[in-house]
Amino acid sequence: MRDVAVIGVGETEFGELWDRSFRDLGIEAGLKAIQDAKITTSDIDAVYVGNMSAGKFIDQEHVSALVADYAGLADLHLPTVRVEGGGACGGIALLQGRMAIASGMYDLVVVGGAEKMTDVGDVHAAEILSSTADQEWESVFGATFAGLYAMMARRHMHDYGTTRAQMAAVAVKNHKNGALNPVAQFRREVTLETVLQSPIVADPLGLFDCAPLSDGAAAVVLCAAEKARKFTDTPILVRGSGQASDFLALHDRRDLTTMDATVEAGRRAMKEAKCDPKDVQVAEVHDNFTITEILAIEDLRFFDKGKGGLATQEGLTSLNSKISVNTSGGLKARGQPVGATGVAQAVEIVKQLRGEAGKRQVVGATRGLTHTLGGTGATAVVHIFERGD
Amino acid sequence: MTSGIVSYGAYVPRYRITPKEIGAVWGTDGEAMGRALNIRSKSVPAPDEDVITISVEAARACMAKVDIDPTQIGAIYVGSESHPYAVKPSATVVAEAIAAAPILTAADYEFACKAGTAAIQTTMGLTLSKIMRYGMAIGSDTSQGAPGDALEYSASAGGAAFLIGTDRVIATIDHTVSYTTDTPDFWRREGQRYPSHGGRFTGEPAYFKHILNCAQLLFKRAGTKPEDYHYAVFHQPNGKFPTRAGKQLGFKDAQLDTGLLVREIGNTYSGAILVGLAAILDEARPGDRIFAVGYGSGAGSDGFDITVTDEITRIRREATPTVKEQVKQAVFLDYATYAKYRGKILLGEAAA
Repeated sequence: MRDVAVIGVGETEFGELWDRSFRDLGIEAGLKAIQDAKITTSDIDAVYVGNMSAGKFIDQEHVSALVADYAGLADLHLPTVRVEGGGACGGIALLQGRMAIASGMYDLVVVGGAEKMTDVGDVHAAEILSSTADQEWESVFGATFAGLYAMMARRHMHDYGTTRAQMAAVAVKNHKNGALNPVAQFRREVTLETVLQSPIVADPLGLFDCAPLSDGAAAVVLCAAEKARKFTDTPILVRGSGQASDFLALHDRRDLTTMDATVEAGRRAMKEAKCDPKDVQVAEVHDNFTITEILAIEDLRFFDKGKGGLATQEGLTSLNSKISVNTSGGLKARGQPVGATGVAQAVEIVKQLRGEAGKRQVVGATRGLTHTLGGTGATAVVHIFERGD
Repeated sequence: MTSGIVSYGAYVPRYRITPKEIGAVWGTDGEAMGRALNIRSKSVPAPDEDVITISVEAARACMAKVDIDPTQIGAIYVGSESHPYAVKPSATVVAEAIAAAPILTAADYEFACKAGTAAIQTTMGLTLSKIMRYGMAIGSDTSQGAPGDALEYSASAGGAAFLIGTDRVIATIDHTVSYTTDTPDFWRREGQRYPSHGGRFTGEPAYFKHILNCAQLLFKRAGTKPEDYHYAVFHQPNGKFPTRAGKQLGFKDAQLDTGLLVREIGNTYSGAILVGLAAILDEARPGDRIFAVGYGSGAGSDGFDITVTDEITRIRREATPTVKEQVKQAVFLDYATYAKYRGKILLGEAAA
């Protein structure tokens, strides 16, 4: 298998971008990545697009061809692939792009992720998000996404003594990081009191425990490592990738407080990258709810099971601490355009490893990790990146 | 020659309900909702009140302040999104009630919450062009919010009438501008009982975009700046939006306070900015300048640069209760009574 490097990244602003369409966002992120990589469109062999539900959000399917068309690539007749996997689709698209190059089939691919979520009302958007849970056994009985994650939170509190304040610390930290990210949806800090006093969405999760609905897109340009130097002096290598699945419905899982898919995906990625959790300095993990980040940092073995909340409260996941988690602001503060999430995480890690993260730069970062989830954890994807120099 | 306001009258129903009382029924923290919206209570129409009765009350209050023969009114337009009839005008009832009929034109207007200001612009044109001596523009609503919906905390009732002309003007309208786009932030189709809305979309791309653009156009057209005005009033769907828009434009609390009634009476929709303007005229003195920008979903803003004249001391402002007095005269309802008054309880068929 050939080594694969990221040679270009691009992303849009994230937020309620009322005056911009799905295609506007996809084009902007894609062109920024292409410009960053200093390639021309004729260098591109294929396009992969992570998108959760354009069919429901904007009544548009077949977005792979659409994105290539509106990026001005139509007359190159490239193979274009849309990847769906709930919230993990961006991470999966990245994995597919990497595999295509690693196999030798392609030399250079563009991987994008995009979602336009604000063309539908809030209630409708929540229903669409919940469609990545089990429709027949969960959603139909009224379980919302927030409700399912609230059950995980409640069980974590019961089993390990995790507190609302510890979960709230995730939101406080991610808003603090988001305030340093010029493309974040929420570029402002929040206090612990604000999070704790926010209206309850699904007990024990309040409004500020939940990531927002967002519009946005992100893209990376992947290239065979052996050819990457032609385009950049700072290629960032994708050293390991792991994807895993689990029972779709939460009630079928072995343990409500452990996402086995995350555990397995993380183990596979680290095995391939020949590293341990302690070797990672910066991680972008899935934090659609505050409890999700706590589960992730435990399941990725950055902290022992049950200790994630305390670790966050003690500042061990803050910027430039033991491990810097969600330096972009995460889904919570940077925003959650579902299909873009996994790719945007890669954009952040690449910026960190290149030393281009500005005020939120993790000092001396050489290895970074991304982690995305589909549904309530039925799909997990982990990638590990390293500087290639 | 300029046209302007010759007289005005406002009417606010006396019944009120608090966000806390509404929230208690729906299992939400109504007090927190009230704080978030900056609304302490909203007005509720009595069971026998509707847009027609509210418009008539406002029109009668308007005529009570002046000695003007109602037959000199050449047009009456009633702007509302809750006209009692889909087909059959409200304006004709007002015309009969104030004895302005039959030699006049009348029509009902609809442009969400700015139908009343659109009526003012129409009557300005008709009087400036000398087609008629006076025209009456009314904005009034008994607005609808679906039970349990966020709108239920604000949707209220009230209205105001403005007699527009070019002589005996108590406040000249020196400039008017509008800013209009097709922006579907709030709508109700024929036959639907309650409106639909785009949630947060009703904010930035709708209310703020139109109000702020219209206001900037008005400053430019009038050659004025915020400190030139004694008062500023904006459409007020809640207490937060107009305050934020006002501050963004450079107005201070002291300029905004008098016209900001939403905190006590809720969002009277087509009546909102006009009742606010009436509250300002209740206390305004000759020479005072007023900056007014309305907003209607769909969407558009009408802006008015107004200067109060000496004539305001010659009308009988005390002939009718001031807006402030009407706001204070509150009778608080529980949710059950509110539900009954608003026709939200299904009643049985009357025995034959």
